[in-house]
Amino acid sequence: MAKRSVPKDGRLAKVPSGISGLDEITGGGLPKGRPTLICGGPGCGKSLMGIEFLLRGALDHDEPGVLMTFEETRDDIRKNVASLGFDLDQLIRRKKIAIDHVKIDRQEIDENGEYNLEGLFIRLSYAIRQIGAKRVMLDTIESLFSGLSNQGILRSEVRRLFYWLKEQGMTTVITGERGDGTLTRQGLEEYVSDCVILLDHRIYNQISTRRLRVVKYRGSTHGTNEYPFLIDEHGISVLPITSIALNHKASAERVSSGIARLDVMLGGKGFYRGSSVLVTGTAGTGKSSIAAHFAAAACNRGERCLYFAFEESQSQIVRNMASIGLDLSGHIKSGWLHFFTARPSLHGLEMHLAVMHKRIEQFKPRAIVVDPISNFASAGEERDVHTMLIRLVDFLKTHQITVLFTNLTSGSAARERTDMGISSVMDTWILLRDIEIGGERNRGIYVLKSRGTAHSNQIREFVISQRGIDLLNVYVGPEGVLTGSARLAQEAREGEERSRREEETARKEAQLDEKRRALQAEIRAQKARFAADEATIMREIGVEQTREKTLHKLRGELGRSRQADTAAPTANGNSPRRSKL
Amino acid sequence: MTSKTTLQRRAESTTADKHDGADTRAYSLRLYVAGQTPKSIAAFANLKRLCEEYMPGRYKLEVIDLLENPQLAAGDQIFALPTLVRKLPAPLKRIIGNLSDTQKFLVGMDLKSEG
Repeated sequence: MAKRSVPKDGRLAKVPSGISGLDEITGGGLPKGRPTLICGGPGCGKSLMGIEFLLRGALDHDEPGVLMTFEETRDDIRKNVASLGFDLDQLIRRKKIAIDHVKIDRQEIDENGEYNLEGLFIRLSYAIRQIGAKRVMLDTIESLFSGLSNQGILRSEVRRLFYWLKEQGMTTVITGERGDGTLTRQGLEEYVSDCVILLDHRIYNQISTRRLRVVKYRGSTHGTNEYPFLIDEHGISVLPITSIALNHKASAERVSSGIARLDVMLGGKGFYRGSSVLVTGTAGTGKSSIAAHFAAAACNRGERCLYFAFEESQSQIVRNMASIGLDLSGHIKSGWLHFFTARPSLHGLEMHLAVMHKRIEQFKPRAIVVDPISNFASAGEERDVHTMLIRLVDFLKTHQITVLFTNLTSGSAARERTDMGISSVMDTWILLRDIEIGGERNRGIYVLKSRGTAHSNQIREFVISQRGIDLLNVYVGPEGVLTGSARLAQEAREGEERSRREEETARKEAQLDEKRRALQAEIRAQKARFAADEATIMREIGVEQTREKTLHKLRGELGRSRQADTAAPTANGNSPRRSKL
Repeated sequence: MTSKTTLQRRAESTTADKHDGADTRAYSLRLYVAGQTPKSIAAFANLKRLCEEYMPGRYKLEVIDLLENPQLAAGDQIFALPTLVRKLPAPLKRIIGNLSDTQKFLVGMDLKSEG
């Protein structure tokens, strides 16, 4: 009869619980053919976990299950599982599930002498045989102790029941209410169970978080941390998220930030795919606008983008972005952009992380926005926020999802401290800051760090208008960095000066022209005078020569007339004249 | 539905020979056991004796062996064995154990007030 559940290699055999995440923590599931105790306080979800174990076994692993309930009636259970989308009646008809409600009413029961709980054994055994069950759930065995008074008999009988179930080879889940200082009220079930799972529903700062811990697991290693878990319309999901190592691949692919000029600042190509980007700034510096542009750019590339908004509703963001010329509604309609909005105070940090994981795994985005992370400080300690972000970033990196976080900062000193805490996780840190000059507040943007890119060290003025986001060069001069109307005024002043200088130059050029013209006129006048002089002089020279000739002629005639020795007149007539004189 | 067991036949074969004038109500009793264990036999013997002594001739006793009819256990909400169920007179009463305490039995069956 006994089915021993040791596989060939000697290790403990396990059966998948069917509860997402739990099998990862326990290294394969619950011990096969052995009892497991799920304990915790009221409302911690232990019954639900047990029932899901049965239902998943029956549906997904072909292991029918018997539910022996001591508290809830079959009708209660039908309603409970219907809310998770299971049709209990159909499962019962198909002989996948058998339910036996054991009603113990102290009012109509008298104890008289020796007895045992063989009746339970018979009922269980009958139900198991009816459907060929492999799984059993007892919810909760301690009802016996409140219904009956002979504790000695009960303790030994419960112990016998556990051994009997083991002998039957039933993988059993027993639920137990947490006792004072012990895991269960009777302090019995935890010793006879091979595996003990403790559920906890803790309130911190008025925020509740469900956690799960594997307290013991005979013959097997298991995750020992506390893991947050989630109960939603799909049942229970446990998130074993602390076990991720730093071995994700780094992508060389770049994705646009959605703002061309910002891409230029980031070495010309934008962010690395799968990197984490932090945008910090004081209130109203345009963090969400940057986030929305990033989201829209992802959608335009044909990538799914998931926008976690923790401050504004979806319609508010869509409206606000429309006012700066960015239409998100089209992307939402076409399914590329998906919003998830929640108040940070809705859950604890772990739960937020859990929910985000779940959403990301469902939607499979390639880019996500978390706007803003600063509000998480209200849901947990700074250190916890840090841890949560590391986990989230690690998770995203392994999936090559680019993430943009926004963070609202307040004062100066406190801001640096907070930012330093989380910035070490981030690959790119863009800082938006107020520049207050001349009675107005303007926005400046700069890239504080960007791992692996030759990013700009310049401050740009960040202008949000109806046409969207624009980055402008700021005025850097002897009067410091000027933005806004101060920059405009400075630019106007500069313009004025420039035109004045231009006028001056033109005037000087005109002057020069004038001078040149004057000079040329002078030259022309001089030339004219010179020509006139030359003509006069040449004329005088001509007259003189004529006179000389005439004189010579007269002298010759005079000589001849006085019968002077005949000197043969020469052609030029010069030598006789000189010798004579 | 119920197959007759040895214990059952023994119960039916007994006739009432004592009479108590005060209480004239008819008792319909069912004793659930699992096989012929010393506990079952002790419970049956005790019950038989008590019935004969305190309700002779006006009781109907049915013994059900759950090893033979396990499907009956759930219907009557049996979890401990042996269990005596008083179907009549109303209200329904259950006594679990081997009925070794006569006084407790009489109080439980409303045959005697608790004082």
